[in-house]
Amino acid sequence: MMTVLDKYLGGRQGTLGLLVLALLVLVVFPLVLDAFRLNMVGKYLTYAFVAVGLVLCWGYGGILSLGQGVFFGLGGYCMAMFLKLEASDPLSTKIQTTPGIPDFMDWNQITELPAMWQPFHSFGFTVAAVVGVPVVLAWVIGLALFKRRVGDVYFSIVTQAIALILTVLIVGQQGLTGGVNGITDLKTLLGWDIRTDQAKYLLYFANAGLLLGCIVLGKFILASKLGRLLLAMRDKEERVRFSGYDVSSFKVFVFCLAAAFSAIGGAMFTLQVGFMSPSFVGIVPSIEMVIFAAVGGRLSLLGAVYGTLLVNFGKTYFSESFPELWLYLMGGLFIVVVMYLPNGLAGVWAKHGPRLWAWRRARAAKAAALEVQP
Amino acid sequence: MAWLTEFGAIAAMQAFNGLSVFCVLLLMALGLAIIFGQMGVINMAHGEFLTVGAYTTYVLSGLTLHYAPSLQPYYFFLAIVVAFVIAGALGWLVEWAMISRLYHRPLDTLLATWGLSLVMQQALRSIFGAREVSAELPEWLMGSFSLTDAIDIPRNGLFTVAVTLLLTGGLFLLLFRSRWGLHVRATMQNRVMSRAVGIDTRRVDRMTFALGCGVAGVAGAVFTTIGSTGPTAGSLYIVDTFLTVVFGGAASLLGTIASAFAIAQTQSISEFFMSGSMAKVLTLSAVILILLLRPQGLFASKVRK
Repeated sequence: MMTVLDKYLGGRQGTLGLLVLALLVLVVFPLVLDAFRLNMVGKYLTYAFVAVGLVLCWGYGGILSLGQGVFFGLGGYCMAMFLKLEASDPLSTKIQTTPGIPDFMDWNQITELPAMWQPFHSFGFTVAAVVGVPVVLAWVIGLALFKRRVGDVYFSIVTQAIALILTVLIVGQQGLTGGVNGITDLKTLLGWDIRTDQAKYLLYFANAGLLLGCIVLGKFILASKLGRLLLAMRDKEERVRFSGYDVSSFKVFVFCLAAAFSAIGGAMFTLQVGFMSPSFVGIVPSIEMVIFAAVGGRLSLLGAVYGTLLVNFGKTYFSESFPELWLYLMGGLFIVVVMYLPNGLAGVWAKHGPRLWAWRRARAAKAAALEVQP
Repeated sequence: MAWLTEFGAIAAMQAFNGLSVFCVLLLMALGLAIIFGQMGVINMAHGEFLTVGAYTTYVLSGLTLHYAPSLQPYYFFLAIVVAFVIAGALGWLVEWAMISRLYHRPLDTLLATWGLSLVMQQALRSIFGAREVSAELPEWLMGSFSLTDAIDIPRNGLFTVAVTLLLTGGLFLLLFRSRWGLHVRATMQNRVMSRAVGIDTRRVDRMTFALGCGVAGVAGAVFTTIGSTGPTAGSLYIVDTFLTVVFGGAASLLGTIASAFAIAQTQSISEFFMSGSMAKVLTLSAVILILLLRPQGLFASKVRK
């Protein structure tokens, strides 16, 4: 048992780190924060899914995707479509010209539920689509680009362009997607009201549990041979290829995994916040999620969560109190972290953490020695 | 035969429309073709250098109107030069402070320059306000030439075309016919070897980056003839611009021109048949699809890496 833990959770320190995070997220936050603030933390934690995925595919795989918002958004939209259909039953939409379809369709003179929306009546299909649609998209993009050995930089630019395309598409197809406002007024999940405080608590714990699950899965993958290969590929791709490994398949895999994590985050976002809009899909949110991972440390799954929480707390605090300053700070953070702290907070911790312990221990020992002497 | 002339008029106007979109796109992409195409630096703040050029023109137009109204018809030429110098100087500083430390980490350059773009946007917003402003245009840039009753060619469009031609020609001469251009190309192809034969590669890097930013500034100055300027004006185009350069084959200036032309024509022709946003989706998707099939872009460089 211990050896399994050692191997897959990163030894004693890794397990301890995971436990501390679990304690913080599952016990401390719910006890300290009121329902509103807790819901906000829950929202941040949904971004942490994306950051954790980015640690895997960017930090370890060397693939910087600037389109993670696409997967976050697709997951969120799939969930939102299901919830919207449930919220627009014929009874509660009877004042519309065509009862039984979502309100924004009615405003756009659509009289029949589009074929794209039909399967989202089924919850099973929705859950499958939340993960399936983004993963298939990631698989297609990854296959097309990595099989042709496209460089890292090109990949970033193409994914960024895809984020732009999807945003323009969602905004443009108002009747199908709700346009700029997105899909709003979501009420129940399988008859269960998601707007009550109790539901929000439950969803928070479900979300935190899923996030911890994703981290454990990520640790498991990094500890396996696959993780070793990812690292090797990032550092000397040619050498791995010459050793007989199919480099592109590993890249596609880790990209799909990151997409799946982001999509779960997106779906949990929709459930907790109660809407989904194109403002979480585009270029700006996608690149902001990269900075969450970068601040936390691109090589640390746990660090990514702390980075996400810190940047978002900062964003909320500063944009409430000093909106002018926030963009300077955010921009400055990008520059400083990238130029001087390439391994983020986790890097700082790894460098100074042990020394801090040693220093404190030494001071305690000295104090003890002083006490003994007289 | 009336429908034929009408069709001809629409086609001519449409073609000119496509031509101005092409020039706008090319103007933006030229600076990036130097910085990204030649140097391989991903400058996400490129759009902000463009905005700096546009605001420079705005300030100059205000100054001439206030201090020397008689020179108002000619200030625009000065504005182009000043926009080039200011954006170029800013680029020089940025290269010195940031980019030069990140040459071996291209993906990190992307993130750092994104941060820079946020800071520059907020700085512009603090200085000039969030509202869009527009420069006071000289008389000769307004209105249009009427070739026939049905065909109107706007003067600002014609001016844009002229500047684009001059700038592209100038850059071609500079990069491919001058001693300095030779140094630039040598440095980009093989940095160590260039240093060995006595080229100051650091200086070349700095000047190349500054040149690219300066060209973006000129593009910004020209933009004020077409639309108004806001703090985020430049960032709206950054993805299109990058795609243009990548689509053309990053290291090829000719490729950038061809791809700007192809993208602009697709965009303006499809805009005729569908809504603007769908035309954009169609164009960008087509570019992405072609890039998926041909990642090296239209004009692949023949340099072995």
